[in-house]
Amino acid sequence: MNQVIDQLLHNLVLAQELPVEQAGELAETLEVSTSSAGANLGYLIAAVLFIMGIKGMTHPRTAVRGNMLGALGMFIAVLVTLVSRDVSWSLIIVGIAVGTAGGTWLARTVEMTQMPQLVALFNGFGGIASVLVAGAELLKETPAENVVVAGIASGLTGLIGSVTFTGSLIAAGKLHELPQFKKPWSFDSQQIVCATLLVLALLLTWAMQDGTGIEYIFVVAISLVLGVLLVTPIGGADMPVVIALLNSYSGLAAAAAGFVIDNNVLIIAGSLVGASGLILCNIMCKAMNRSLPNVLFGKMEPGGDSASADEVYEGKIKSTSADEVAMLLDGVQRVVVVPGYGLAVAQAQHVVRELADLLEAEAVSVEYAIHPVAGRMPGHMNVLLAEADVPYDQLKEMDEINPTFAQCDVAIVIGANDVVNPVANTDPTSPIAGMPILNVHEARTVIMIKRSLSPGFAGIPNPLFAADNCLMLFGDGKQALVDLVAALKENQ
Amino acid sequence: MDLITALTIFVLAVFVGFEIITKVPPTLHTPLMSGSNAISGITLVGALIAGEGIFGGFLAFLAIVFATLNVVGGFLVTHRMLEMFREKG
Repeated sequence: MNQVIDQLLHNLVLAQELPVEQAGELAETLEVSTSSAGANLGYLIAAVLFIMGIKGMTHPRTAVRGNMLGALGMFIAVLVTLVSRDVSWSLIIVGIAVGTAGGTWLARTVEMTQMPQLVALFNGFGGIASVLVAGAELLKETPAENVVVAGIASGLTGLIGSVTFTGSLIAAGKLHELPQFKKPWSFDSQQIVCATLLVLALLLTWAMQDGTGIEYIFVVAISLVLGVLLVTPIGGADMPVVIALLNSYSGLAAAAAGFVIDNNVLIIAGSLVGASGLILCNIMCKAMNRSLPNVLFGKMEPGGDSASADEVYEGKIKSTSADEVAMLLDGVQRVVVVPGYGLAVAQAQHVVRELADLLEAEAVSVEYAIHPVAGRMPGHMNVLLAEADVPYDQLKEMDEINPTFAQCDVAIVIGANDVVNPVANTDPTSPIAGMPILNVHEARTVIMIKRSLSPGFAGIPNPLFAADNCLMLFGDGKQALVDLVAALKENQ
Repeated sequence: MDLITALTIFVLAVFVGFEIITKVPPTLHTPLMSGSNAISGITLVGALIAGEGIFGGFLAFLAIVFATLNVVGGFLVTHRMLEMFREKG
């Protein structure tokens, strides 16, 4: 603000010394500076609304309003831009109409199980939009105020935005389980190629301070390839980390674009998102007990001397039936349901809810234990259960529910494996050693609903299956639950 | 705006982000992600003022389409998810 006022005063002083014919020109300059002050005020309001909006997300009660505040902030930022600047309306109206129609359609039709790939796709769109903005900006004839800063910022926008774009598309493809992306794809020395491309893109970015902008096209081309090569080797189980990271990148790309066009609201909004993605990424890594570099570049090595499946399971597996489980559930007080991704794949969340209703009708307390990496993106399982009308206060986080498993009569595990494997706590040589797990083995009885004894992503046997208090209910997750619900109804 | 001012704003905003986002409960991490994703569509503001010349205008047009997809889709889908949490609260 001070700067603007200074400039105004400066202009006024000048005005007294200027001949009349230049007065008109001066008036224009004055108008521009006042309108840009007004615009910046509008952007400030938008930035405050973004922050208040995210703050609203700290509780389910205030979250809807928070999201609306964020949308209002966006609306104000766009409005301010359109009013304060000379824009080409026809392009904008058509562009916004197309984007709105597409965005509305995607948001309305998406299944909750498909949420991770949709978020990945939106990330990619945000990334490429920033790349295009910086590109279009470089084509302008009037040079930027600070050529060095604008040049380097453009390069960084191109680099981060392009990696976000192709990386997100690959991640979305993997999450959507397109056949082309089914298997992690990699070649020898891929990491060296990636590192080389990154260094090259950074050097070109540095060279962009000459202000010619020619290097930009190469930065973008290299980074598009880099985005593909970085994500293809990463397996499906690690996708939650990857989309959180790409979420962060899309924010950083927007912030970098803010440096290019010298706009505060882009910088603020972009860095908020950058921080948000990084935090989620960190939470996911901790929940898998792996470092970020390990997720991105490492492979999960099977433990050297871990027991073979036969040794662990032989003669100790107790198989059960839906009827037996129904009888077991008669007269219990507290049941904890542990949903894993298998539940989401089987679309079984609604049957789970039905089961819980039946139990609650018998005055049984039902809770859900949610491991941070259940589902395919941070918090995904909570959304799936919320869709099935499960009240959010029954969804318990790992740290909250773990101390209470000892007071649990029956724990029903559906489509989860590694996250309930007690080996993580007992065997320091195991590949999942130290990974935080749900202590279901402490429950009086554990029902594992699973197709077979096949291992989870970590590829190791789970001694819980052979434990005295564990019963295996083999079958498709949804079918097993449907049978269980039918058996319970019969008993009542 | 000089570089240092812009950097100051950037760094402070990152800190604000860390402060509020660590308080978001895991239950809401998916909506947080899609909502913040929509906010990163703020690059739309840049797209609106970027077009100049035919090619520049074309790039700006594409940027507007992609950014609007990001913004509108992101806020709407977040709203859809949050409504599911609210009704039962």
